[in-house]
Amino acid sequence: MAGKSVGLEDLSVAFVMEPLAAADWLIPGPVVFCLLVGSVLLMLRKRTDLQPLIAIPALVVLCAMTLGLLAHVVVNGTVSMTMGRWLPPFGISFTVDAMGAFFAATSSLVALAAGIYGRGDVDHSGRRYGFYPFLLLIMAGVLGAFMTGDIFNLYVWFEVLLISSFGLLVLGNERAQLDGGVKYAFLNLIATTLFLIATGYLYGLFGTLNMADIAIKATELRGTAPLMTLVTLFLLAFAMKAAAFPVNFWLPASYHTPKLVVSALFAGLLTKVGIYALLRILGMLFPVEREELSFIIAIVAALTMVLGVMGALAQNDIRRAMGFLVISGIGVMMAGLALGSPAGLSGAIFYAAHSMVVMTALYFAIGIAAQLGGSFMLSSAGGLYARSAVLAFLTLMLFLSVSGLPPFSGFWPKVVLVKASLDVGAWWLAAAILVTGLLTTIAVGRIWALAYWRPANAGALEQHAAAQSLPAGAMAALAGLVVLSVGAGLWPEPVLVLAQDAALGLIDPSAYVLSVFPGEVPQ
Amino acid sequence: MRTVIFRAIAPYLTSLMVLFSIFVLLRGHNEPGGGFIGGLIAASALAIYGIACGVEPVRRAIYFHPMGISAFGLFVGTLAGVLSVFAGVPFMTGLWVYPTLFGVEIALSSVLVFDIGVYLVVVGAIGSIALALEERDRD
Amino acid sequence: MEPLFALLVGALFTVAIYLFMSKHIIRVLMGAAILSNGVNLLIFTAGRITREVPPIIGADSDVLQASAANPLPQALVLTAIVIAFSFFAFLLVLGYRAFQKLDTDNSDEMRVAEPVNESAPPLGY
Repeated sequence: MAGKSVGLEDLSVAFVMEPLAAADWLIPGPVVFCLLVGSVLLMLRKRTDLQPLIAIPALVVLCAMTLGLLAHVVVNGTVSMTMGRWLPPFGISFTVDAMGAFFAATSSLVALAAGIYGRGDVDHSGRRYGFYPFLLLIMAGVLGAFMTGDIFNLYVWFEVLLISSFGLLVLGNERAQLDGGVKYAFLNLIATTLFLIATGYLYGLFGTLNMADIAIKATELRGTAPLMTLVTLFLLAFAMKAAAFPVNFWLPASYHTPKLVVSALFAGLLTKVGIYALLRILGMLFPVEREELSFIIAIVAALTMVLGVMGALAQNDIRRAMGFLVISGIGVMMAGLALGSPAGLSGAIFYAAHSMVVMTALYFAIGIAAQLGGSFMLSSAGGLYARSAVLAFLTLMLFLSVSGLPPFSGFWPKVVLVKASLDVGAWWLAAAILVTGLLTTIAVGRIWALAYWRPANAGALEQHAAAQSLPAGAMAALAGLVVLSVGAGLWPEPVLVLAQDAALGLIDPSAYVLSVFPGEVPQ
Repeated sequence: MRTVIFRAIAPYLTSLMVLFSIFVLLRGHNEPGGGFIGGLIAASALAIYGIACGVEPVRRAIYFHPMGISAFGLFVGTLAGVLSVFAGVPFMTGLWVYPTLFGVEIALSSVLVFDIGVYLVVVGAIGSIALALEERDRD
Repeated sequence: MEPLFALLVGALFTVAIYLFMSKHIIRVLMGAAILSNGVNLLIFTAGRITREVPPIIGADSDVLQASAANPLPQALVLTAIVIAFSFFAFLLVLGYRAFQKLDTDNSDEMRVAEPVNESAPPLGY
């Protein structure tokens, strides 16, 4: 135990002395809140009736907090809090810029939808195994990753969300889940270990882990230190987390096996955390090295999007087709990273937020369809339009949104990205984005034609007669996400401006640096 | 492993180890020790008791489900950080109070609360994995 | 000392990657354990290796004396060990459960989630 008399006369050598504003608590607030509620729910895991009653209001509060944080950041610029009052870079900073706040707000809306949907989808034994606690804990990991300003802390949040995702993945303890879970767990473990290796090298080179500090020091070290090696390692590790070709095979092997709401949550959030890390580290900290690698990233992006959608075309299981569409979307985001221009990065950020909402909603839609008596298999599904025109209509809107047709949210980021690629003369990248859009339209159009428009065959009809009515909570969750997608499509101006702000914050990190080190002159 | 000697010694060994783990936990701030290592010692104490006397008695002895212990630890650890809201300093700042009890000054801090949380998380998590693995051996 | 440790880290990585090539889950698991140890050693080495110099800043200076090892990588290693340990425990349980349910630890035969002869999607109504 420490003695009472501490010999430091001047506390300002080690401590942050500025008083805290109340709004600063919004910075660690969402993560802390998720941890608190998640642990309470874990203690109450036998009270399966109480869990949704606690979790869903908590998720509403979480959305309010992250939206408040987004508003705070939009008004006041990047904000930062350093844990334990230590002066940065010695304490771990939480630094929230426009990109982090935007992703945090979007992901908590998605989590709220998943919480509402999970009420109907997860049975009592699934709740006892911890669907709601793990949902909150995975949100703590995701939000922590979006908000932290420290690379090793980013690694820790990756592990938090990974461990929670393991728990969610094997929720039903079925054979296919264990099979998929093993592949998911091992390949993700290798990816995070690669990330750790890169972090170790980074500390060896820089002597700091604080992102703002790295942004300052990178300019001095450039040319003398093997930064290219380091950045390539980061690229590999995060591309693996984001499921970019050729390190994407864990995703189609596992994403169709868990409970549907878990698939939806994973498809919406997990790969986007990888994209976020790529944007943050390659886009903000090492822009020069990213420029060097941009051709390779562009090739990876083009291959990911085209091969992803071709995988979707070849699937009979709709859930697996959706998994491939997730991969295809990752390719589009990586194209923005490869371009690196303000337009390219803002397109990638917009597309990532769009993909969070739309991919989750798509999984919800096919889950409701399967509950209505259809099946996940294209060869046997049918008659869903006759069963519920509303569901068919909502699904069609999502399908058009994921293929990037106007007036839905997928359209605008694709326009931005195509224009940005043509601006730098990368016509083949623009062509890849457009071809991917066409192939996606074919893939989802076929799903809609076969599963929704095609009349149900006679044998299936008898089963349908006994099928239950539309699940209200699930439909509400689906409709809410569709409204978000349509809203962003019809009125894209605020989102475009926000994405533009976020991209400019990545390209010129001086605001980010200043929020961590007030008074530091940015270079 | 269920020899008479081992079964006779195991309860004493377990209680000694749990006591030692608490000692390690409490001295941990400035000397070697702390929540994590203390938790590991306590979890291995549970594992030893489980090997000697079976998993059921261990589950009865700790009363709460290990996952519940772990969750409570997480809750306590997070709450220790939240305490700094009331002091108006950033999250996770160490706060110290020095009450005097029977003429002895005792240093209490939010750091210690956090360490207790870590201890419980480790006991719960490692304990539940160890007990699950031991249970399967009996199948 | 550091070059020797670098060689050792390389050797550990080699062993781990060799084990990753195996079809058997249990070997991949051992590979993951060895890889995480290799990484820990790597970070540890990155913070200088010295003997018997405590990382204590004297009263007359503001920075650590150059001969002392940097304590931060050791703290990072500690965190990484904890995480790697819990991962290893979890993967052990997961692999064991998969072995019980699927009756194999050969990843070539683990095709429940991705069936071998999956039918192609229908080409028309």
